[in-house]
Amino acid sequence: MRRSSGRRAFTRRAALAGLLASAGAARAQGVGGEGFAGLGSAADDYAPVVPGHRLVFPRDHAPHPAFRIEWWYVTAALRDASGALCGAQWTLFRNALSPDGGGEGWDSAQLWMGHAAATSATAHVAAERFARGGVGQAGVKPDPFEAWIDDWRLARPDDAPGPGLERLRMTARDQGFAFDLALDAQGPLIMHGDDGFSRKAERGQASYYYSQPFYAAEGRLRIEGVERAVSGHAWLDREWSSQPLDPDQTGWDWFSLTLEDGARVMLYRIRHREGRDSFTGTWIAPDGAARTLGRDEADLAPTGWETVAGRETPVRWRLSIPSEGFEAETRPLNAQAWNALTVAYWEGPVRVEGPRSGVGYLEMTGY
Amino acid sequence: MTFRWTLAALLSHWRRRPGQAAALLAGLALATALWSAVQALNLAARDSYDRAAALLGGAATVSIARPEGGDFDQALFVTLRRAGWPVSPVLEGRARLGERTWRIVGVEPVTLPPGAALASLGEDAGPDDPAALLGRPRGALATPETLEAVGAGDGEAFEAGGLTLRAAARDGLAPATLVVDIGVAQRLLDAPGAVSRLVAPARHGRDPSELAALTGGRLAQLEASPDGDLARLTDSFHLNLTAFGLLAFVVGLFIAHAAVGLAFEQRLAMLRTLRACGVPARTAALALLAELACFALAGGLAGMALGYLVAALLAPDVAASLRGLYGAPASGELALAPAWWLSGLGMTFAGAMLAAGSGIWRAANLPALAPAQPLAWLAGHERRIRAQAFAATGLLMLSAMIARSGEGLVAAFAMLACLLLGAALATPALLSAGLAFGAARARRPLARWLWADARAGLGGLSLALTALMLALATNIGVGSMVTGFRDTFTGWLDQRLAAEIYVRAPGEDRARAFEAAAPALPGVSAVLPTRTAEIRLAGLPVELLGLRDHATYRARWPLLEQEAEAWDAVAAGEGALLSEQLARRLRVGLGDVVTAPGAEGPWPLRVVGLHPDYGNPKGQMVVGLDPLMERLPQAERGAFGLRVAPERIEATMSAITADPALAGVEAIDQAAVKRLSLGLFDQTFAVTGALNALTLGVAGVALLASLATLSAMRLPQLAPVWAMGVTRRRLALLEFGRTMALAAAVAVLAVPLGAALAWALVEVVNVQAFGWRLPLHLYPGQWALLAALALGVAALAAAGPVLRLARTPPARLLAVFAQER
Amino acid sequence: MLRVETLSKSYATPQGPATVLDGVSLEVGAGRTLALMGESGSGKSTLLHLVAGLDAPDEGRVFVGDAEMTGRDDAGRAALRRERVGLVFQQFNLVASLTVADNLAFQARLAGREDGVWTARLTERLGLAALTGRYPEQLSGGQQQRVAIGRALALRPALVLADEPTGALDETTAETVMTLMLELVAETGCALLMATHSARCAARLGERLVLRGGRVDAAAMRAAE
Repeated sequence: MRRSSGRRAFTRRAALAGLLASAGAARAQGVGGEGFAGLGSAADDYAPVVPGHRLVFPRDHAPHPAFRIEWWYVTAALRDASGALCGAQWTLFRNALSPDGGGEGWDSAQLWMGHAAATSATAHVAAERFARGGVGQAGVKPDPFEAWIDDWRLARPDDAPGPGLERLRMTARDQGFAFDLALDAQGPLIMHGDDGFSRKAERGQASYYYSQPFYAAEGRLRIEGVERAVSGHAWLDREWSSQPLDPDQTGWDWFSLTLEDGARVMLYRIRHREGRDSFTGTWIAPDGAARTLGRDEADLAPTGWETVAGRETPVRWRLSIPSEGFEAETRPLNAQAWNALTVAYWEGPVRVEGPRSGVGYLEMTGY
Repeated sequence: MTFRWTLAALLSHWRRRPGQAAALLAGLALATALWSAVQALNLAARDSYDRAAALLGGAATVSIARPEGGDFDQALFVTLRRAGWPVSPVLEGRARLGERTWRIVGVEPVTLPPGAALASLGEDAGPDDPAALLGRPRGALATPETLEAVGAGDGEAFEAGGLTLRAAARDGLAPATLVVDIGVAQRLLDAPGAVSRLVAPARHGRDPSELAALTGGRLAQLEASPDGDLARLTDSFHLNLTAFGLLAFVVGLFIAHAAVGLAFEQRLAMLRTLRACGVPARTAALALLAELACFALAGGLAGMALGYLVAALLAPDVAASLRGLYGAPASGELALAPAWWLSGLGMTFAGAMLAAGSGIWRAANLPALAPAQPLAWLAGHERRIRAQAFAATGLLMLSAMIARSGEGLVAAFAMLACLLLGAALATPALLSAGLAFGAARARRPLARWLWADARAGLGGLSLALTALMLALATNIGVGSMVTGFRDTFTGWLDQRLAAEIYVRAPGEDRARAFEAAAPALPGVSAVLPTRTAEIRLAGLPVELLGLRDHATYRARWPLLEQEAEAWDAVAAGEGALLSEQLARRLRVGLGDVVTAPGAEGPWPLRVVGLHPDYGNPKGQMVVGLDPLMERLPQAERGAFGLRVAPERIEATMSAITADPALAGVEAIDQAAVKRLSLGLFDQTFAVTGALNALTLGVAGVALLASLATLSAMRLPQLAPVWAMGVTRRRLALLEFGRTMALAAAVAVLAVPLGAALAWALVEVVNVQAFGWRLPLHLYPGQWALLAALALGVAALAAAGPVLRLARTPPARLLAVFAQER
Repeated sequence: MLRVETLSKSYATPQGPATVLDGVSLEVGAGRTLALMGESGSGKSTLLHLVAGLDAPDEGRVFVGDAEMTGRDDAGRAALRRERVGLVFQQFNLVASLTVADNLAFQARLAGREDGVWTARLTERLGLAALTGRYPEQLSGGQQQRVAIGRALALRPALVLADEPTGALDETTAETVMTLMLELVAETGCALLMATHSARCAARLGERLVLRGGRVDAAAMRAAE
């Protein structure tokens, strides 16, 4: 009985991956978004993402159970007292197994998955959590804002009551790492695309997508057995959608960059097996003025590859947005920033080098 | 070359003496068969519990639950998760779906610890796949047999408790168990929000002492899984079976030892010839070893096949016993692992070595020159008998010492082993002494010769006679225990089943309805409602039984010990009656105070009486009905006793069945309850009976084999007597009489040993294993029957050789003189 | 073929060591026969057993052909015996559960030297052709001893040791068996060492040696000549 537990544990995780794949690590509408056999419904039955829909806060900080997938995604590029770069990731994914959202309690059709990770130049540790909706093990409440799974929390601190996301406390821990960070927004929420309607690909896949890219982060981070005081920048992404990736869309690359002059950049590319890649991006001025980048306005090109978890992965990139006078190379803090989880992908801090330098996070899937 | 022809010469012996070969093979095969049958039964049963226990437990996980037992709110699960505890909720219970009651196991597949819990559900695409449980309609996992009983094929949808479920067949699940999502379980068990326990990986890395603070003292990490209780209870049953298997194995080895020893003695001359022809001693020993391995393999394989057959025949009985006696989820199916085959054959080889080892050692060290003495082993063996008697005395004394001061089941069985082994070793000495005594008293020459000759022949027969004696004693002992138990049990049932009709009304509403309607039913003179609650006392599961204060109980409820006014104390909520086994486990007696958990704080109860509660693995504590309702309002109601005039029983039963307002209420009359209980009892001991009979059969074969091989060798002893004018017919009769006299002596020896065994089983093993003491009954009628049976077996065994003797042509008797040697 | 040099052997008894053989030497060439005579207890059987390698001497050496029997362990002595020495006993010592044919070929088979033609000839010469399928218990004593002689000779030994081979037989039978054995020994050209009480038997052999109290009794031998 025991002898096979390793293999069985693996198959169980793989099955969970199937259940949650559409939410997993998804900047787009999810890898294998057909969902798990017999569990997923056609995207048509879920609520559609339509242009012209106005996002309303704090209502839209809360879950949208009629949509298939949704996440609350924070990445923080931090420096410790010695100035060394490090990073933290805190993510909560929601996945609806049926369009009606299910019923009360255990009848809920919502499945939750949490990912948390910490990165230093020499280590990268990631962990995951799973939960059923409906009973309180995981969820998101708007007022006061609280997102949680088990003992991982992203919530309004007690001394800052209210519904918004202006101040948050972000905690997670597992074997090998722990962090407890206070986030304080230094700028406004940013709507991507057309007032939050973000078209991902020419074939019509889209999501509702907004961010809070202006967090100043401060707190403590433990990794490699050393707890250190850290501070830096954090970036929150909120996104929900119902449409899966097409079979010929092989993966994506996503950048969230904070430049030293105060500007922020989001760049996102879906790779196609054939034909041209899909591209979206947002240029955010230091004052919060955001501009959606046109399809031909930016260029992303890998310049350096490394073997990560057995895969050839482009860890160095050349980015250029001529219209903003932005030319840069990114280098990873730790090229082996592989989240070896049920849903596995590369996610880690990067340095931006060039005339306008900075720090940020890079996510890559499908390599 | 040398080895090959040596082995061929050794084996040629068996070709010339097929009877001896058959005896050796039969001995090994029977020993293996009984042993492996018992092992197969044990394995099958254990596998069932393991699956049941490992379903949500086992070594890789720990359980967190209410220390006093009972369900709790799933909010505690969330509390612990949010404190970082990797727990997963489990709800277990029994639910009636259709005709039968099923064990329902509700799990939460998303948080269930990987590697431990569901890993045990089966090898192939188990419910590791959460979709099997979480799909729509929700899944229900069960063995194909269980699904068949439910009436749904693999993948088909079926209705249960108002829900639509999709059946999914999984081999390796516990029998009669449905594994469902916890949400489904909460509905099937009508327990919204309830959780029985939480499971966590054994190495959860948290400090269990945090639990008290996190849950307000409501939850604690359990030392062992609740199924551990089951394991403890069923262990005794298995230990019984194993002891039986071992006994049978030993009896079989006696046969093998006798056959091998005889064959070795008969081949001493051959061995010397082999040495003279240039076979090194080592080669001869190796050839003997190879020969033995051939026999062990052949006998072992035959024995395994036979053992499988026996086990397959007994398996349903064993499963039924375990289910009935302990509520253990045993399946009546045998699934045999390679380990079983290997261990069975291993036992045969080890046994064969044990039986033949001394012979082989002697062959290896046999001087090439010592004169061959084929009949040496028939000669007195006085020294060996004396040594054995000495060892026997030591063992019997050790047995008595353990009986006086030992404690626990292992000690009890050690005592039994010493007793049996001591008696076995003492048997030849006792028989020899008896024969010597007879010889000294005999006057007539023929009688003197008979006594002396019997004594001389004892060496060859003593093993077989010892086997017969052990088998007889076991039969007497176990028979006394079983019959005594049955008599006590019947008497207890008569007392305990005081009401004429027993009624179960499932659910609070029906119970209320029945209670209101019952007094108006025809012929009912009293309604005796009861309530039960499950609690834990010192970690033991205890059933709290609330009884209404009524003359029926005061007059009929069987009590072993009681204080004056015990029932008054019970009615007042100050006292409780404890079942014998509970009192024993809690180590309390009259006047001690036990504290039951009440809804609003502890409920101290003085022990005012002890009652027998045979066959109940749980402890039972009887309290007053009204105090129970006050202290534990959640106590389940629904069972009633009805006092009815005997002639009105049928009318009352019909009235209950006919009343539409009482739909779902089940009534059973006292006679049916007794029938069921006794049926269960008989089933439990059917296995014991079958093994008993087999053991006696094996002993018979041993006797037959020994007599058959001896008869040929006894010609030289008989020829002179014949020459002196005793007819062959007379000689044959004397031979027969001699065997019967020995068998009778064995039976006489077996009676006291059997009685001692009965005492040990009833007074020691039973008390240690089950927690109840039975009055020791002795059944001389049964002994007489068994003695007759033993004589019958001996007569059957002796008949063949004796007939041959009567028909031996005079020429062969003459030949003895022609080739005197 | 057989050379025995100053062979000595004593056994432990409750009364102290008893010397059974005391420096006995002898030699029997190929094709020669030697009768070993002496009263019971004179050491005849012990000498035979030591020569056969059934036991080891305290002192002295035994050579069968160019190979030394003494100084080997049990397995070594057994191997040499199997290869080169045929034994014939007073009590025949056949394997009761083997047929005449199997008994006859037994030692040759053990030595891996079964010769079908020779075995068949032996069977014929020993007058056993009609009895090959029988078991020893179905034979008369003379027949059994003929099988034993066949067994000893089937492997074409260098040396045959016979210990009172006719001791258990009546006179007529003994005469026949003796004749057969001597003829066959001569035919195979092996050496024969035979212990016997019987002066008549001894007289039929080429040479005689008398033992008394474990020593060669020269005086008795001269008297016997």
